[in-house]
Amino acid sequence: MSTEPTQREDVTDTDPNADVPGLGSLASNAHAHAEDAHTVAAPARVRPPVQVAGKVLPGWAPWGIVAATAVVMAGLVAAIGWNWALWVVGTVVVGGAAQYVVSRAVEGKRRATDRGFTYAIVAAFALALAPLISLLYTVVSRGAARFDGEFFTWSMRGVIGEGGGAVHAIYGTLIITGCATLISVPIGILAAIYLQEYGQGRLKRALTFFVDVMTGIPSIVAGLFAFSLFSIFFGPGIRLGIMGSVALSVLMIPIVVRSTEEMLRIVPNSLREASYALGVSKWRTIVKVVLPTALGGIVTGVVLAVARIIGETAPLLITVGVVSSVNVNPFDGRMQNLAVFAFNSYKSPGVPPEPSIDRAWTAALVLILIVMVLNITARFIYRRFGTEIR
Amino acid sequence: MTAPAHTPVQAKSITATDLDLYYGSFLAVKGVNITIEPNKVTALIGSSGCGKSTFLRSLNRMHELVPGAYADGEVLLDDVDIYAADADPVQVRRQIGMVFQAPNPFPTMSIYDNVAAGLKLNSRKIKKSDLDAIVERALRGANLWDEVKDRLGKPGMGLSGGQQQRLCIARATAVEPDVLLMDEPASALDPISTLAIEDLITELKKEYTIVIVTHNMQQASRASDNTAFFNIEGTGKPGRLVEVDTTEKIFSNPTHKETEDYVSGRFG
Repeated sequence: MSTEPTQREDVTDTDPNADVPGLGSLASNAHAHAEDAHTVAAPARVRPPVQVAGKVLPGWAPWGIVAATAVVMAGLVAAIGWNWALWVVGTVVVGGAAQYVVSRAVEGKRRATDRGFTYAIVAAFALALAPLISLLYTVVSRGAARFDGEFFTWSMRGVIGEGGGAVHAIYGTLIITGCATLISVPIGILAAIYLQEYGQGRLKRALTFFVDVMTGIPSIVAGLFAFSLFSIFFGPGIRLGIMGSVALSVLMIPIVVRSTEEMLRIVPNSLREASYALGVSKWRTIVKVVLPTALGGIVTGVVLAVARIIGETAPLLITVGVVSSVNVNPFDGRMQNLAVFAFNSYKSPGVPPEPSIDRAWTAALVLILIVMVLNITARFIYRRFGTEIR
Repeated sequence: MTAPAHTPVQAKSITATDLDLYYGSFLAVKGVNITIEPNKVTALIGSSGCGKSTFLRSLNRMHELVPGAYADGEVLLDDVDIYAADADPVQVRRQIGMVFQAPNPFPTMSIYDNVAAGLKLNSRKIKKSDLDAIVERALRGANLWDEVKDRLGKPGMGLSGGQQQRLCIARATAVEPDVLLMDEPASALDPISTLAIEDLITELKKEYTIVIVTHNMQQASRASDNTAFFNIEGTGKPGRLVEVDTTEKIFSNPTHKETEDYVSGRFG
């Protein structure tokens, strides 16, 4: 079947008889007649020739344009008096604009839009990352000074000035957070099971709403709640490690509920039905089929919730108090923890202030490291135990 | 252990009388009267949305798992009403097993545990050797034993689609139900796997009463003894059972015109 190519040739190719248009078309018509009766009708519409090549800026162009802008901006800013912030902001804004203009001129509108958005997205990413990197750099560089053996073996008992450590605060952080996790995980998971597997209608909607509200309560409110709760039973002025755990639980439970609910939701209904069809009761289906399938995600959610509350300061300050010696019993007296330790060392450093401030930075560094380890653990658990859910 | 996989067993019949099925206030299937014969394969055919899956799911009380769904009428398993006031849906489902459209092995379990799931999840105390025998018998019964006997500890999700579906059949038969319901068991499978499932169905009827929903006319005519045709008058109207007879009669000389139109492909 060569009808189509013939048609196209007839029309789009430069006709050798182009100087005599009438004759040329007649000739091609005659040719078409001879070959196939179907090509008699001259095409009403002509498709443009195939065109896939386009002008594209080289790969280094985006970087080159920004670099050039940086140089130009450096000159301009220097002329009016050097200012780092002005230079960086100017380079980013003008660089983006230059990128779009150059691309528009060379490549056309579609690619220019694409480059413009790519630039905006990369710039937003860099903007989001900048404070994080700055923070990490500051904490590591300033916390390194006291990141030594003594910091992890000494408490602050009887230490004035140099030396001393935060072992009491590390113990306190781990114990208080551990107790908070022990309280929150069973409550959170059972609540999520209720909401996802049993809850219906208005009650479920109301509870979901309040869980959402609870995720947003300020941590100091949680601290005040725990403080007043324990004050009712033990009188005013009570300070216990477990009070801090209760306060942190108030913050942690809604996070666990939400993440567990999400994980239960993505367990396919077909698995529940398969279990029911085997004559398995609802509760056993949940415990033996639904929970194991969602386990990887639930554990990840719990670990991330722990990472979220481990750095809380305000609620612990009013519920757990401050102490300079080791106390590992959350049911007896004040405890120290890393966040409050860092806060307190910085707020009332004593004379000379430097050793105390160094300890504060190292405490912050240790806290960040603990959170990092928790995050890595969560990822590992998800990779290792996370079930492929179709 | 080379005992024949399928020793004939007298299975049970199902009789539905004036069965209406609702989703909330919506009447989905109306006035079904049918007797499903024991040790026979009964195919349910009909266009999409005519209520055959709903009817199938009502036979082991899976229908009511949808919030608001309920059934009105009588369904007898031999002579016991499974919708009686004192009937426990969980107990009903132990007698009447089900295989679903898409294979759904438990992703957290091995092949062995998948087959043993019905027994293990019900926490009956069974000796390991007995359980081994049950698992092997169920897998042999599903024509899967030779393919998986060397990797029983591997995840069930690692099998091919057809193997997974046979694994699901083994899982359903391991609890020794009286009736097996199959909801388009081969529609997600390739022709070779489909044939394997159909052969299996023919063998399984020695032990079980089988009800199968299918959209595939050839499958219904190949694999079933009796055929029930469901139809619906229009959107929003309830589905109903038009006629049920031997498969041969339904496909060659049905009583109703609409059945003939459907099986000959002039409709639906």
